[in-house]
Amino acid sequence: MKVARTKRRPIRSEGPWAWLAAGSVALSLLMLGGLLLLIATRGLGHFWPAMVAQVEMADGRLLAGRAVRELPLEQSAGRERLYFTANRDLDGQAWHWLPVNDIVASETPQDLIVLERRRHGEFIGRLVALGDAESVREQQAREATWERLQARLATLQELRGERERLRREVLRPLIRRLDADPSDAQARQALAEANDRVRVLQEAMRGEVALLENVDGRRLVQPLEEVLRAWRPNAMSTVEKLGIWGRGVWRFLAEGPRDGNAAGGVWPAIFGTVLMVLLMSLLVTPFGVLAAIYLNEVAHQGRLTHLVRIAVRNLAGVPSIVYGVFGLGVFVYGIGGSLDEWFFNDALPSPTFGTGGLLWASLTLALLTLPVVIVATEEGLARIPVQQREGALALGATRLETLTRVVLPMAVPAMLTGVILAIARAAGEVAPLLLVGVAKLAPQVPVDGEFPFLHLERKFMHLGYHIYDTAFHGNDVQAAMPLVYATALLLVLVVLVLNLTAIFLRHYFRARHGVQPRP
Amino acid sequence: MTMPPRFQPSATGSIIDFAPEASCFQIEGLGLAYGDKRALRDISLRVPRHRVTAFIGPSGCGKSTLLRALNRLHDLNEEVSHEGRILLEGEDIHAPQVAVDELRRRVGMVFQVPNPFPMSIYDNVAFGLRLEGGLTRRRMDDIVEWALDAAALWGEVKDRLRASAWSLSGGQQQRLVIARSLAVRPEVLLLDEPASALDPISTLKIEELIRGLKSQLTLILVTHNMQQAARVSDYTAFLQDGELVEYAPTDTLFTNPSLRRTENYITGRMA
Repeated sequence: MKVARTKRRPIRSEGPWAWLAAGSVALSLLMLGGLLLLIATRGLGHFWPAMVAQVEMADGRLLAGRAVRELPLEQSAGRERLYFTANRDLDGQAWHWLPVNDIVASETPQDLIVLERRRHGEFIGRLVALGDAESVREQQAREATWERLQARLATLQELRGERERLRREVLRPLIRRLDADPSDAQARQALAEANDRVRVLQEAMRGEVALLENVDGRRLVQPLEEVLRAWRPNAMSTVEKLGIWGRGVWRFLAEGPRDGNAAGGVWPAIFGTVLMVLLMSLLVTPFGVLAAIYLNEVAHQGRLTHLVRIAVRNLAGVPSIVYGVFGLGVFVYGIGGSLDEWFFNDALPSPTFGTGGLLWASLTLALLTLPVVIVATEEGLARIPVQQREGALALGATRLETLTRVVLPMAVPAMLTGVILAIARAAGEVAPLLLVGVAKLAPQVPVDGEFPFLHLERKFMHLGYHIYDTAFHGNDVQAAMPLVYATALLLVLVVLVLNLTAIFLRHYFRARHGVQPRP
Repeated sequence: MTMPPRFQPSATGSIIDFAPEASCFQIEGLGLAYGDKRALRDISLRVPRHRVTAFIGPSGCGKSTLLRALNRLHDLNEEVSHEGRILLEGEDIHAPQVAVDELRRRVGMVFQVPNPFPMSIYDNVAFGLRLEGGLTRRRMDDIVEWALDAAALWGEVKDRLRASAWSLSGGQQQRLVIARSLAVRPEVLLLDEPASALDPISTLKIEELIRGLKSQLTLILVTHNMQQAARVSDYTAFLQDGELVEYAPTDTLFTNPSLRRTENYITGRMA
């Protein structure tokens, strides 16, 4: 409903009040802007391939790493600087505090490379040679080796893709066929062949290693199969860095997490969040709208209806974890347990629906947001002018026809308002999900090519929980912190996109007929 | 058609009477109350068929309440109770065998504020037809065109039948609402101050329309505008405090009212 704003003379005479009011608005905006700016810079900055410094200390130590921040020393004068030096497998730690006064020289050699690896985090150092595991020995010039490394990594990427494709499109369907009919000789044959092909691919990938060298000369044999990306931050132009940055952001969005959620992407969490919210909207809208119609149009407007209405409004204030407990008790153990007994008896004792999952999480959140939808829809229904109802009735429409053909279409924007509010609340909710279905790691998204395509019983990942998990449960929380910011930014964006979609829908329904001009 | 007026020497005033067979509505001893607040008291009158009858009276006199009783629009309000009878073509409209939606199809209504539905112009006019169902597309098109033509709107909207009804001006909207009512072919059309929210030109068009429509159906008009009642109606009933004070041919009522009360109201000397 648009509120007509008449031009009023602003309050000027009561100086302090106007200032106080304006000040609080400014402060709110400032805090909001600051929050967004913080998570945006910290989160997005993580993907920028920063320069790597080679640092020589007064005691002769050589280190290479990215300077992260500087603090004054506690005991003496001077400052100390934190370097991210990676190489967790060589040094046992990836961070070094160095007193700034003891740094003799700091330079940025062009040949320093950074490798992103599947295990042990990043590597910072130099590339010595490439080859197979048995005969790693000094080869051609370094520049050539860098280019060959790039080429080999690209080939490996292709092989990896090929292996994934085989697993997904050939192996899994065959295994399902064999599960259904263990005597299927043809499938058994095909499975053996496919397994052989995967093995050949594995061999081809496993063979190659790189000989790497730390800045202080310690060497390391790194299987190339475990290297995901390589770059030389000191030898790159800004455009190249932007490319690396873009690819980094894209991989963050499109890939699954690695290393106990401390690295890699968040695609399953994005997918899980959006899917869960959409399912929740699908569940809550019909229930909420029907309940509102009953309360507003059907029920006798007496004391009981009034009490029900108050109860519904109060339900909106119940802490969300309480809904989580309810979902766990009723949906997961109660309904889910019974479903398992009746339909999935052969899988017991491992539960199918008797454990947290997508369906139960969506249902719990639908319950949580039900009051919001009911209240918004009721207000929408109450706002529809009585003339519209009388107009329909006077044409011989029954009360049901009046409701379905005139009142409900006019109340659609109000219903969408309810759904918008529900989405805004549900997308950021984590506490109840802990109890009813969110998982630390569920790389398999709940939608795939396997019948029935949407797997409601599966556990799923959620951006909100991912933030919590990354921030508190990793091996190297310090290194994972930027990912926390990036994920937080993403969560804000996801909620924004979901909300905007609903707002555009509402706008479309409102604008279809415009505002009725009053003569 | 009309029988010679029979003047009643009563406490109220002259009440014109019509033979039952010439009457569309026969209201007999109608009383109505909102909760324990009485709105209408012992009203008896007959509405002649194919004529325009106007109900006038000061605000709160019960003229709109009386009008809304004729198509049972009070049914929605649980507080409303009534006594007496209302006969439509000799049949009690409160009889158990009367379906209220069927009654409202026979007795259409136009309200004070134009209330087109948020649909296209065509869909608005076709709304009542679709409720009945069973019409072919072509037949529906024909009726929609006829109704819009009867409401003197066809020429203005024939090129934009798919446009939203809310894009019309207030006067057009009110004529659209009349067309919507006409489309279901009612026997009676109730008009509750149909022009009070419109500008003078639109008002004039609506009045012309009302005069033109009486060859097809019976019209009952509630208005607080006495010039309007004088311009368009054939008979006028004056109500005050929920009672029927005087009911006479419009000319007689306005030029030669039988009671001082009526004369005071008409000439603007309200007590």
